[in-house]
Amino acid sequence: MQLFLEQLTNGLAVGGIYALIALGYTMVYGVLKLINFAHGDLFTIGAFFGLTLLLSLGLTSHIGPVAGIIVLVLMVMGLVALIGALLERVAYRPLRTSPRLSAVVSALGASIFFQNAIMLIYGARFRVYPHDLLPTTTVSFLGVSIPVMRIVLFGASLVMMAGLYYFVQRTKTGTAIRAAAIDQGAAKLMGIDVNRVIMYVFLIGPALGGAAGVMVGMYYGQINFTMGWVYGLKAFTAAILGGIGNIPGAMLGGLLLGVIEAMGATYISLAWKDAISFMVLILILIFRPTGLLGERVADKV
Amino acid sequence: MSASPLLRLSQLTKSFGGVMAVNQVSFDVDHGTIVGLIGPNGAGKTTVFNLITGNYRPDSGEILFDGRNIVNMRTNRIVTLGIARTFQTIRLFQNMSALENVLAGCHCRMRSGAIGAMLRLPWQKREERQALEIAVGELEFVGLRSQLDQAARNLSYGNQRLLEIARALATKPRFLILDEPAGGMNDYETQVLVDLINQIRERGITVLLIEHDMNLVMKICEKLVVLEYGVMIAQGAPMEIQKDQRVIDAYLGAPDDDEDEDF
Amino acid sequence: MKPATIINVLVVATLLVAPYWLNAYWVDVLNSIGIYAVLALSLNVILGYAGLFHMGHAAFFAVGTYTTAILNTQFGIPVLWLMPLSGLTAGFFALLVARPIIHLRGDYLLIVTIGIVEIVRIALVNNVFGITGGSNGIFGINRPELFGYVIRTPHEFYYLIFGFAAITVLLFLRLENSRFGRALNYIREDDVAAEGSGIDAAHYKLVAFVLGAFWAGMAGTIFAAKMTIVSPQSFTFWESVVMFTIVILGGSGNIRGVLLGAFLIVGLPEVFREFAGARMLVFGAAMILMMIFRPKGILPAQPRTYNLDFLAGPRGGGK
Repeated sequence: MQLFLEQLTNGLAVGGIYALIALGYTMVYGVLKLINFAHGDLFTIGAFFGLTLLLSLGLTSHIGPVAGIIVLVLMVMGLVALIGALLERVAYRPLRTSPRLSAVVSALGASIFFQNAIMLIYGARFRVYPHDLLPTTTVSFLGVSIPVMRIVLFGASLVMMAGLYYFVQRTKTGTAIRAAAIDQGAAKLMGIDVNRVIMYVFLIGPALGGAAGVMVGMYYGQINFTMGWVYGLKAFTAAILGGIGNIPGAMLGGLLLGVIEAMGATYISLAWKDAISFMVLILILIFRPTGLLGERVADKV
Repeated sequence: MSASPLLRLSQLTKSFGGVMAVNQVSFDVDHGTIVGLIGPNGAGKTTVFNLITGNYRPDSGEILFDGRNIVNMRTNRIVTLGIARTFQTIRLFQNMSALENVLAGCHCRMRSGAIGAMLRLPWQKREERQALEIAVGELEFVGLRSQLDQAARNLSYGNQRLLEIARALATKPRFLILDEPAGGMNDYETQVLVDLINQIRERGITVLLIEHDMNLVMKICEKLVVLEYGVMIAQGAPMEIQKDQRVIDAYLGAPDDDEDEDF
Repeated sequence: MKPATIINVLVVATLLVAPYWLNAYWVDVLNSIGIYAVLALSLNVILGYAGLFHMGHAAFFAVGTYTTAILNTQFGIPVLWLMPLSGLTAGFFALLVARPIIHLRGDYLLIVTIGIVEIVRIALVNNVFGITGGSNGIFGINRPELFGYVIRTPHEFYYLIFGFAAITVLLFLRLENSRFGRALNYIREDDVAAEGSGIDAAHYKLVAFVLGAFWAGMAGTIFAAKMTIVSPQSFTFWESVVMFTIVILGGSGNIRGVLLGAFLIVGLPEVFREFAGARMLVFGAAMILMMIFRPKGILPAQPRTYNLDFLAGPRGGGK
């Protein structure tokens, strides 16, 4: 029981991170029907930017650890958002009317480009995050000791998800995003500027992904230029699990996958942890491609 | 002539998310006839076609082709049994030549597979020649032989419809289903089409068609089946149907919007 | 002679004599190109002809390679005898994994095949069934023997690899210009219309997968023999990406394009070794630019030509 609860909190903390990345996939897919293969690398860029800013600005010592980390994460989110919007402009917009495969290949190209750009700048070795950012204490709850870090990360991802949910449901831009996801043509006819919607999606998704990058750096303590694609694939699994294109679905899928993976690693095999996630992906696509929260659409021929 | 019809639909029903697209529809198509399936937009005509060709599965009911129940059979099997179709929204292989489009129809009457192709066996070469002969013949039949090396996308709209018919004929069907064959055609093209459909019947092929052009329907069909909101409201000879009060009401009362089906 | 024929003759002649002027290193580079060319040609059946977004080809390659490695080191079966068997194992594996996913739409299929390649790699690392040697892999694979002659040096391997590649090209050209090749193209263009024309789309998709995997498995035998050591690192997702990119950038569905793609994508980075760090960067950027400016690849697929001279009646204009 103790082990179970410990893994549950671990799973939720990691799941929150998956959920943040998954949101980027799901929003882009919702509007463009494109799997943004480079999204995982935007996440990596976030992690590395976070490291650079941490080491160079010394924010945490100037304005205290909490405010320092919040400001840092916001800066990273802004920077990664800009790269995301730039990516859309350069690699996807010219292919808006091309066959799907073209955009997919372009996305792969962007992924390769980003990975190698990171490698050229930061090197191929693992880089270490400072581990004294947050107190390494644990709190006791029901006899289980939970590291503060887990609670903070889980809380932070919940706050960001709640913010996004509010934005998408309540603001005009959010409504436009939802409309464009349902029917781009109709949205256009209703006077929605689809290009703007797409730009927003490519600002918000990467911003959340960038934040997730910093969180992974803080949680695991080390980062590497290739980590984006495993995280990306898992986050994509989370998005599929919840129902691709569905924002609450991505959140649910992320948390669920985090827990499934933590449990699988504990009770089945640690060595097969990644394989378990991919099995989940494949099984979902075979048996319920619309995901948990996706609507069952009539079989179109 | 035998009493059993070539095609018999009985109590055919299909709903999409609670909407009854086709509701308890039953009718026969006799050997060697041309039957028209008509009705206002959204009446479920194309759904009936998709049920016959196996693109949709009916919720209930039977489809007997030559006495054999073809419900739950896969589309390609149904084609092999002798039912060919054209699509309401043209579905050609747009980037391939007219000739290759028709060769697609020959496919189900050929046998050679991957290994035979790699070994290039003599019988396989012979089969390939026969297929080319049939394909060119069908292109000639619909009047497109001179354009056989054109990519399908470069043909005019009317010619694309004819090419779909040629492709369907290349499957050597006994029963041909045409979904709005005159859609988008001008008067001259429609006249050519009428002659073509009559020639198809002369080849011994039974025809079932959906068409909005009432002139065409009245001219060539010996029997009409009328659907409204998925329900069959009348069937009979064109002259009777013209006088049927329910049919007149259905046509006058129906809004003239576009049919929102996939094919 | 037509220009295309002249180019063909020149290319073949150059390939035949090239090893005489090249040192072992460059012949080895050519050998890599040859193996990738065969792999890409086999992927082209699935991705190019049938239009199925398959990015897991390294999985089939891995199954073939390991089949050879295991059976050779455990039972001492001569390497080249294992070629058809490795092909069959890979083909059978493809049948098992492709069967349930064959109906998936484009990019879903892509992501599932990526998942499969990763699962296979993880299985190899975890020494699945206790026979794959874990992350160290398997070593001590025998050199292949052809008519009593042991193939050892890169120069000797060159003729084995390019001989196999030549046979592959010949057979796949025939495949392309056949009922089978056309059927795959119809499915790529519009699978609903293909089924409506009497083509069993699911069956052909599956056959395309099995055939492509069979060939990748046979390529695996040659790879195992050339390396004598095999390990999971050779079968990462990026290997699949390289094969995928060769097909797409070279010219999806065009054998010449795929061959050219193999030379450019595997060969060019070797030529520009000084810029080793930046080559993948350029590679990524090139993929984006190609999709924008030349989406059908460097050498796009050409329409088939049919000889209709045997037909009577007015000339239809067919070539």
